[in-house]
Amino acid sequence: MSENPEKKEAKVLLREIVDRVYQSAWDAKNRGEPVGWSSSKFPAEIAEALGLAVCYPENQAAAISAKHGGQRMCEYAESLGFANDICGYARISLAYAAGAECEEKPMPQPDFLLCCNNICNCMTKWYENIARMRGVPLIMIDVPYNNTTEVSEETVAYLKGQFQDAIRQLEKISGRKWDEKRFEEVCQNSNRTAKAWLKACSYCQYSPSPLSGFDLFNHMADVVTARSKPETAAAFELLAQEYEQAVKNGTSTLPYEEKYRIMFEGIPCWPELRALFKPLKAKGINTTAVVYAPAFGFVYNNLDEMMRAYCKAPNSVCIETGVDWREGICRENNVDGVLVHYNRSCKPWSGYMPEMERRFRKDLGVPVVGFDGDQADPRNFSEAQYATRVEGLFELMEANKLEANRGGK
Amino acid sequence: MSAIGAIGELLSQFDVIAANPKAQLEKYVAGGKKAIGCFPYYVPEELVKAADMVPFGIWGAEGTINAAKEYFAPFYCTIAQMGLELALNGKLNKLSGVILPSMCDTLRPLTQNFRAAIPQLPFIFLAHPQNRRAPYGVEYTKSQYANVKKSLEAIAGKAITDGDLKDSIRVYNESRAARRKFVKLAGQHPEAVSPMHRSAVLKSAYFMDKADHTALLTQLNAQLETLPKSDWKGSRILLSGILADSRNLLQILADNNMVVVADDVAQQSRAFRLDVPEADDPMTALALQFAGQDYDVLLYDPELNKRPEYIVNLARENGAEGVVILMMQFCDPEEMEYPSLKQALDKADIPSVSIGFDQQMRDFGQARTQLQAFADVLSAKR
Repeated sequence: MSENPEKKEAKVLLREIVDRVYQSAWDAKNRGEPVGWSSSKFPAEIAEALGLAVCYPENQAAAISAKHGGQRMCEYAESLGFANDICGYARISLAYAAGAECEEKPMPQPDFLLCCNNICNCMTKWYENIARMRGVPLIMIDVPYNNTTEVSEETVAYLKGQFQDAIRQLEKISGRKWDEKRFEEVCQNSNRTAKAWLKACSYCQYSPSPLSGFDLFNHMADVVTARSKPETAAAFELLAQEYEQAVKNGTSTLPYEEKYRIMFEGIPCWPELRALFKPLKAKGINTTAVVYAPAFGFVYNNLDEMMRAYCKAPNSVCIETGVDWREGICRENNVDGVLVHYNRSCKPWSGYMPEMERRFRKDLGVPVVGFDGDQADPRNFSEAQYATRVEGLFELMEANKLEANRGGK
Repeated sequence: MSAIGAIGELLSQFDVIAANPKAQLEKYVAGGKKAIGCFPYYVPEELVKAADMVPFGIWGAEGTINAAKEYFAPFYCTIAQMGLELALNGKLNKLSGVILPSMCDTLRPLTQNFRAAIPQLPFIFLAHPQNRRAPYGVEYTKSQYANVKKSLEAIAGKAITDGDLKDSIRVYNESRAARRKFVKLAGQHPEAVSPMHRSAVLKSAYFMDKADHTALLTQLNAQLETLPKSDWKGSRILLSGILADSRNLLQILADNNMVVVADDVAQQSRAFRLDVPEADDPMTALALQFAGQDYDVLLYDPELNKRPEYIVNLARENGAEGVVILMMQFCDPEEMEYPSLKQALDKADIPSVSIGFDQQMRDFGQARTQLQAFADVLSAKR
């Protein structure tokens, strides 16, 4: 493969790609070029088509949290007056923008901001605050919450208007002219990445799965920060090939025998990955479904479809679509149970979960158990409670399996 | 009757209505009117009235959350939780429909939970655009309001004509003007209007036909205008927050000789500071009103600093000596904007205090201590 002469493993390539995103931002900064900060589901195609260097605060916050800097950064934001029940990613990012020291994942300060609130409304105020702190322009694409499974023509028209404005603003910032051909190329890359990502995720359907579902959480960094780059598409294609081979060889990246399969609902508690994994490992539970698979599969064939694709984020779709996505991956990937993270950092996401839990139980006939946690602030997670809940889920899945086996005999 | 006597009588009428939304709802329904529940924020109530129905404000209620726990973890704004609680307990059964906006991260799931939990009640979803000023934003608002209009027409069993809507807009603009005037007068006459009365007058508008409310309020305003200039010795404050209708909290303000001279409260002035402009097409006029809305934590501010500056100016223009921020627990938009507001107030040398509260609050001891200390700060500065 010409893009991979050293025959590196996909996971190595994927890590290098994210590293390069941040290195490119530093290089741009050093050359005196503007660097942007972008929300993870802002249409990345625009900045990429204009050749602008962009960093991703959500990815940075997750990385800082995983390296145990989350609490320190959250407390810094609280010292600025931000309440402790505001999203942990936002607190970390606001602390960094305000100048908090952060060796875990430094990135250049922004010269412009790209905010899309298809993720949440908190994002709007988060980016407004950064724009105030740093005195930099904010480009805002607003995706209104959708109560129906279809995206209306009116919404598409509204988004297109904003999209054109965003292009004009970024032409000014970059000093470059918009090139429709380049944009099409970038869109092709993004689609190729999305399809390869979905393909790689689809290998969770095999039993046993050739991958630990937690791998997908790590690889998500690439879909967030580099989905418009051809090397990302190639790396995900390679990942899919590796999984294909693993299925043939009967191997897996899961470091233990897979006895039960679950959907892990929500963002992981990044500061507590080891604690999250421990009881799952002890009980032979693999995560074979994560909602991030469909959530980042932005596939489209034209501009209208692209607008519709960006309306489909986990917290911007109606409950029917949200349930449909999840039940789809639960069925495809044969889960025995669902573990729901009640994430203190994410009100929109956690706000649907009690009702979704009921629907999962009814529609899928699998046990569902919730635990309290946080994507970034370790103070909101209790290892003991989590372990007890996983134990509870395990017992319910075990009882179901025994009964199924009895029924089978 | 003396002006003070007449004022007292009028205020007690508002008090009764504000404290008894249930009786109001029953009265309208018994009179053959349909009522539509309007959740926060920026519901174009004009459309409800134009359909010959009564808009009924649903901003939660003081109480305890039980049934709604089946839908929300504890870390959510109580306005949303109590709104659902009321519905689950059958308290909204007499409504003919509800309009639920989706402007914050708690309202998003509330719309879905409400639809799932209360399938028997006609549900009207409303999404507002944040990029609301550009032509495409105005068009989007119009399209969403058109959906609301269509749903209301189905419930009312009648079409809303342009004439109906223009009449309704006129009634609402008059109501907004009367409420703005009252806010000024209440601030000028603290001996006559306590913080609790002020809240009752403004809150009752959510449970009354606006023309009736305006008629009563016009009488009150006229009486207040006859009063001699007040020589009030207490503190003049600006109130900020989502809600300011807790009698317990307002009583503490009164106990500390505080008068509310202006407010930046979502249920109060934020809801009536902007009229619907003149336009040939009334649906365009409604959308242009939303396009003009500003200075609100719920709204994207493309100019970034307008809200803190607005509140500093509002305080100065009304002679407020300090700002009392009633911080609704778990309200992300208020919390996210607090540091910028505090910074602007500090820079302008306007003292402020943030009092945490929610609709389940029973113990007001800490709030009392904070407000007593704040009153001391204000008088020491005088």
